[in-house]
Amino acid sequence: MATLKELTGKKELFSGGHRLCSGCGIPPIVRLILRSTDCPVVVTTATGCLEVGTSIYPYTSWRTPWIHSAFENAAATISGVETAYRALKKRNKLPVNKDIKFVAFGGDGGTYDIGLQALSGALERGHSFLYVCYDNGAYMNTGIQRSSSTPFGANTTTSPAGDVIQGKQEFRKDLTKIVIAHNVPYAAQASPHHWKDLNNKAQKALSTNGPTFLNVISPCPLGWYTKPEESIESAKLAVDTCFWPLYEVENGILKVNYKPKEKKPVIEWIKIQGRFKHILKPENKWMIEKFQDRVDNEWERLLSLDGKQV
Amino acid sequence: MAVETKHKCNVGLTGNSAVAYAMKQINPDVVAAYPITPSTTVMEEFSSYVADGAVDTELVTVESEHSAMSACIGAAAAGARVMTATSSQGLALMWEMLYIAAGMRLPIVMACVNRALSAPLNIHCDHSDSMGARDSGWIQLYSETVQEAYDNIIQAVRIAEHEDVLLPVMVCLDGFITSHSIENLCLIDNDKVKGFVGEYKPNQPSLLDVEHPATYGAVALPDSYIEARRQQSEAMKLAKDVITDVGKAFEKVSGRSYGLMEKYRMDDAEVAMVILSSAAGTSKVAVDEMRKRGAKAGLIKPRVFRPFPYLEIGEALKNIKAVAVLDRADSYSSFGGPLFTEIRSGLYEFDKRPKIIGRVFGLGGRDYGVHDALAVFEELLRIKDTGKVDKLFDYITVRE
Ligand SMILES: Cc1ncc(C[n+]2csc(CCOP(=O)(O)OP(=O)(O)O)c2C)c(N)n1
Repeated sequence: MATLKELTGKKELFSGGHRLCSGCGIPPIVRLILRSTDCPVVVTTATGCLEVGTSIYPYTSWRTPWIHSAFENAAATISGVETAYRALKKRNKLPVNKDIKFVAFGGDGGTYDIGLQALSGALERGHSFLYVCYDNGAYMNTGIQRSSSTPFGANTTTSPAGDVIQGKQEFRKDLTKIVIAHNVPYAAQASPHHWKDLNNKAQKALSTNGPTFLNVISPCPLGWYTKPEESIESAKLAVDTCFWPLYEVENGILKVNYKPKEKKPVIEWIKIQGRFKHILKPENKWMIEKFQDRVDNEWERLLSLDGKQV
Repeated sequence: MAVETKHKCNVGLTGNSAVAYAMKQINPDVVAAYPITPSTTVMEEFSSYVADGAVDTELVTVESEHSAMSACIGAAAAGARVMTATSSQGLALMWEMLYIAAGMRLPIVMACVNRALSAPLNIHCDHSDSMGARDSGWIQLYSETVQEAYDNIIQAVRIAEHEDVLLPVMVCLDGFITSHSIENLCLIDNDKVKGFVGEYKPNQPSLLDVEHPATYGAVALPDSYIEARRQQSEAMKLAKDVITDVGKAFEKVSGRSYGLMEKYRMDDAEVAMVILSSAAGTSKVAVDEMRKRGAKAGLIKPRVFRPFPYLEIGEALKNIKAVAVLDRADSYSSFGGPLFTEIRSGLYEFDKRPKIIGRVFGLGGRDYGVHDALAVFEELLRIKDTGKVDKLFDYITVRE
């Protein structure tokens, strides 16, 4: 595993001066991942904050080859790029010893929802690439609409906390589980606050042959109604409350990478976010209980699988 | 099915086999496709070529047409020569990505085996699929016969990749009528095809050129978007001459000549029909019959619909007395099909212009026979004689 000093000494492929919000979780995630390999990296990005915030002509934040084509197809686009790489290598149109890595980034909307089919197809076909979902829990680029990753109870512009309905009524989809069901060689959940863990996972993923996947929680001050300076802290709380467990599945074996010494109640994470303000009201106590139950059950399930073949 | 050819001519192939065979001879770097009737057998046969090692193309059997075109875009941006095939709903599902392929100026070649769009579901031929994509920025070539489909695919590669063009090309052939009928055709030697299409050298820095990182698919705000579109529009304009030149070069290797359109018995014609693809063949029989009856009938079969050769077609029609434009697609303007409205608009450039009518025919594979074409010519003769158009726009081959 690389030291912080080694990592910071590497060439920055994602330049500053982009237009993502202050406190956005995406840039540190992207930087850390791109620094996790010494090979050249070709990147594709689904439509969303990362794409819009980094590619406004005539500027680009990408010091590495990059393509955005549409919203729902990052996995299909990178499939094409990676296939071209194999085709051209086979025909000696690229140096055979040249090793290039392929990374697709998509938001939760572009991955859990509209891009799920393309992702599933690309995983099944077995292209060699890393898919990274930066999961900020809503369609942020278009103004905080709910996605299937939005947590239960959250207020979004399409699941508003109204007089009758109190925010999103459904639990989130467990995308990481869905990806694992594809029997990919490597899949993991990570968080930007734990840079060592994230770096380690990206390194593993990028040195694996075949499709790999990282689901990374990505705090969004605008959508979560949090202070920009508290982003990394809020990611840490998501992990310490076990809302966002850090775990990986490597060749079928599940490993929980971090078990908090003291599992914090989920309210600790909820109460710092304005999107959950309404569920703090006494009459909505049942929502917090329901949320906590779900987190507990999922965490127990995960612990029961620790070290096991899944 | 593997095609082995000892003789170059009199090879009996279906349209789809001929397209697949042309793809085999081109041996593209990457093909990404998804099955749909009636284009499916193109991909099935090409898959056999891959499985048998007749080509060393990388085949991506994607999970949808949207992903097919997305993968084609990714591969083309990575510097690969890329091809695909689809029909109908598949083309409709690709719609978003068609514009992106053209906007990124990626020279992808696609066979579009024309089929009607749902609803109601129908697997037979009409042109509503490709006509729906007419504004997507793709060059469109329409093929009358198996021979033309084969020849167009080979020429499409050179047209798309020409440095003045760099646009994707759609080669259309009629579903079932051409795609599944066996016709005799002449194949070109592998070496000649290889020489004709040449080695692909992308004009733009590819995504795999890691020493020269390029950004594809940026955001363009109002300060730059229209310039990108303007360049695309200019490329489409330039494509006209490139298509003509490639047609001439193709004649040298094949002996068959191709231009923007085919004119049939137009020299002294007084009444004429304009019609695309396989139905032009049927209509030529009607032209001959009308000539036998003493009427000066002629026909124009546009080969190129995008870019639209409005001046050339207008020039060919301006001295005709009455013209019927037959569309195998409606555009629901209640005014006429796409070919009709564009030809009528193109004729506005000319002071002298014919009386003109638009007729929609053959939707969803409805038969269009010589008698249908003859009836249209009879109507044109009445218009020529009376100078009066009763119905500007109407349907034929329909039960009312
Ligand atoms: C086919 C299509 N539908 C809708 C949109 C509009 N759209 C653009 S970005 C976006 C939301 C992206 O959300 P997510 O994937 O969560 O990424 P984030 O914005 O949070 O970065 C939407 C709905 C689109 N570009 N394309």
